[in-house]
Amino acid sequence: MTTAERIDMERATGTAERPAALAVPAARADGCPFDPAPGVERARREDPVTRATLWDGSSCWLVTRHQDVREVLGDPRFSADATRPGFPFLTAGAREIVGSNPIFIRQDDPDHARLRRMLTADFMVKKVEALRPEVQRIADELLDRMTDGRTSADLVAEFALPLPSLVICLLLGVPYEDHEFFQERSRILLSLRSAAEEVRTASDELQDYLIRLAESKRQRPDDGIVSRLVARGELDSTDIASMGRLLLVAGHETTANMTALSTLTLLRNPEQLARLRNDPSLIKGAVEELLRYLTIVHNGLPRIATEDVTLGGATIRAGEGVLCTINTANRDEDVFPGGDTLDVGRDARRHVAFGFGVHQCLGQPLARVELQIALETLLRRLPELRLDIPFEDVPFRHDMGIYGVHALPIAW
Amino acid sequence: MRVHIDQEKCCGAGSCVLSAPEVFDQREEDGIVVLLDAAPPAELHDAVHEAAAICPAAAISVEQVERV
Repeated sequence: MTTAERIDMERATGTAERPAALAVPAARADGCPFDPAPGVERARREDPVTRATLWDGSSCWLVTRHQDVREVLGDPRFSADATRPGFPFLTAGAREIVGSNPIFIRQDDPDHARLRRMLTADFMVKKVEALRPEVQRIADELLDRMTDGRTSADLVAEFALPLPSLVICLLLGVPYEDHEFFQERSRILLSLRSAAEEVRTASDELQDYLIRLAESKRQRPDDGIVSRLVARGELDSTDIASMGRLLLVAGHETTANMTALSTLTLLRNPEQLARLRNDPSLIKGAVEELLRYLTIVHNGLPRIATEDVTLGGATIRAGEGVLCTINTANRDEDVFPGGDTLDVGRDARRHVAFGFGVHQCLGQPLARVELQIALETLLRRLPELRLDIPFEDVPFRHDMGIYGVHALPIAW
Repeated sequence: MRVHIDQEKCCGAGSCVLSAPEVFDQREEDGIVVLLDAAPPAELHDAVHEAAAICPAAAISVEQVERV
């Protein structure tokens, strides 16, 4: 009997004991840092719509297969509004800051669509394609500095993190010299270990910083996104700061971690690395495959049902939380045969690493361009690239909402 | 093949433009989908089907038209 059937039976009889639910976020297996947690993978194979227990003892549904994940994320009966009672939070910090300064990824249409559409033009494909020369210049300058008179460095600190940070600062009109301030606050916001009060403080400080920035753009307008939102006149400084906060945090943490983790993954898969080096035209497909294989948003995307919905044999009741594990969906054999293997020649375009539905990542064209340029440039310029510490010592980000590595010592 | 788009549903993610740039574009002012070719030639059909399949907002639909 699947969990769904068992729960339906319990509801019908009102008697049976609650089945043992899977505790999430679940730990990855030792020695398998690129694979989803075994417990969640087992759920995908055996019991794909199942019950899970969160950090605070509350429970929610876990949706683990590709098709089911697409259905939930594409169905407006599943709300992203975190202020609804019963919304599943992955951390105490996320719950702590929900009421204050809402961001549109935690709102539903029409509010979500109205706010998102103020930004879609800035991240559309042709706008981002036009940024390629600038992104390439930044990548080359960072590598010039990193390799100048040296044969080893931390790839995260010197390349993977500053590249997307510099780009998002440029787009938003945020001074890059403040990067230590916003990178440290981002780290606190994304750490699963931060106390609720720490998250509140970091969020407020970032919000205040961006309010001051928006105010300064009223005096000295420029061509950045923050300044143009100010000029538009439809939002107050608080709303603009909330949008800026979302773009600033999402804009550098995700690409930074994908860049470093992709590099490590390729170093661990030398045949795939050689294929990519021998045929750089594979880079676009390789980036899609790495997005699929690594799925750094590794703890799932939260939603809450607003109506009763039947999914994969289970009845999800109105008011119940749902967590869509996009990392297991991206290993689903029905869509990606041999999905546990990295194959840079695979057509991985149906991955859900950017989510699905109307909330799918707004910055995905930018992430793609940054990753294509970062990886292609790194592999071309450092033909002797290798890991500079034993693989067992690589500090993986098990403790963070966005997976990756805290540092990646490399040599060339 | 006849392609339909729903600009109300579109969320501007841009994946259709990456799949089939000959058929889809994005509006300058807000990044919302624009149809360049509602009846694309056969060699683009696979790309259009892919674009419809990966559209996160289900804003693209494809109708097979019988040839006469």
